[in-house]
Amino acid sequence: MRVAFTVNGREESADNVWEGESLLYVLRERLGLPGSKNACEQGECGSCTVYLDDVPVCSCLVAAGQAEGRQVRTVEGLAEGDRLDPVQEAFAECGAVQCGFCTPGLIVQAHDLIARVGRPSDAEIREALAGNLCRCTGYEKILDAVRLAARRKAAT
Amino acid sequence: MDFLRPTTWEEALAAKADRPDAVPIQGGTDVMVELNFDVRRPAALLDLGRVAELRAWGMEGGACRVGAGVPYTTIIEELGGTLPGLAQASRTVGSPQIRNRGSVGGNLGAASPAGDCHPPLLAADAVIEVESRERGVRMIPATEFYLGVKRSALEPDELIRAAHVRPATGPQYFSKVGTRNAMVIAVCSFAIVLRPEERRVGTGLGSAAPTPRRAHEAEDLLARELDWEAPLDPALLRRFGELCAAAAAPIDDVRGSAAYRVHAIGVMARRTLAWAWNDHLGRRAA
Repeated sequence: MRVAFTVNGREESADNVWEGESLLYVLRERLGLPGSKNACEQGECGSCTVYLDDVPVCSCLVAAGQAEGRQVRTVEGLAEGDRLDPVQEAFAECGAVQCGFCTPGLIVQAHDLIARVGRPSDAEIREALAGNLCRCTGYEKILDAVRLAARRKAAT
Repeated sequence: MDFLRPTTWEEALAAKADRPDAVPIQGGTDVMVELNFDVRRPAALLDLGRVAELRAWGMEGGACRVGAGVPYTTIIEELGGTLPGLAQASRTVGSPQIRNRGSVGGNLGAASPAGDCHPPLLAADAVIEVESRERGVRMIPATEFYLGVKRSALEPDELIRAAHVRPATGPQYFSKVGTRNAMVIAVCSFAIVLRPEERRVGTGLGSAAPTPRRAHEAEDLLARELDWEAPLDPALLRRFGELCAAAAAPIDDVRGSAAYRVHAIGVMARRTLAWAWNDHLGRRAA
């Protein structure tokens, strides 16, 4: 089937999509957007987190057809031109990126948290990121990055 | 595989009547896992995501009618006061991303013995509204909804439309055993609902039997012997825990042993009743 939706502000469509295919597969394999990562395919790891109509979801658990006509925003759509989003900058500065596989999902999820809460407490950060698994860094630097990004966004 | 996209409830019922082999998909948090791992190849998917009314809740006939597609996040944000037991259980589901998509209707449709919604729905005397094009609406009490492991009273041409749950009139609690505070399928779980005006306590056991179930004998014990004006009698509390544990019929599996689950149900039963009783007496004193 054909699936058409808006990705990062652009109208996109894909043909010959299998009806049981995930939104994640369409993004990565059909639309050339490999930022969202494919790891667990069961919603356990959060590496495929994207915005669907402004709500963060695991794109591996959205059937591609469910995205028809809707707005998707991936990690590729957070920067403005060459200027990284403050969350992305903070992850780079704080050393919150090691192998990088979990990073796109964490960045989208943290981006949503800061947009909703502004200056989240540590408990709120931990709760918001509870569904994003990192197997390298141990999360401390990730928490540093979210705090820094929230501080900077609040200051602007 | 076909992908069916009704935009109204009537269209959804027609689609299910014409294609009873179609698997309904709402948030996808269960259905997509099965597709991704190739454990299920349905002839058709019936996407309910475009049927807007399923994502609404409202008061109806003295009960809170929760549309089958209302995501857990909405229950947490909007129904914590009206349905505290269900809201507590919703907070323990998966992660924020899962709670943004997963719904009570999906939990009911999957009918997993470990589903987090089931114990609070049972304990609160919830009634499940299902409908088919040919036979209309059926109102199924939660106690009669779960028939076996991942089997429910839903007929192949029916869809789940809503859960009707009476608002809390006393304290409610949900407790769940797992290896961490997020992303956990319940090892076992327990819900309790106090109805002070009826002098009655409702219970719900999760992941402790082939289906979610109530602990009827434990409820009967409290109906007979609980003094609603007094501090909780420790002997009665202990017997309540024992009868709740006796209502469990769990299995050994990767998440825990049967013996552990029986023990944990007894502990959670005592704890949640004690928490609820503290609130009850505090509320009366206030």
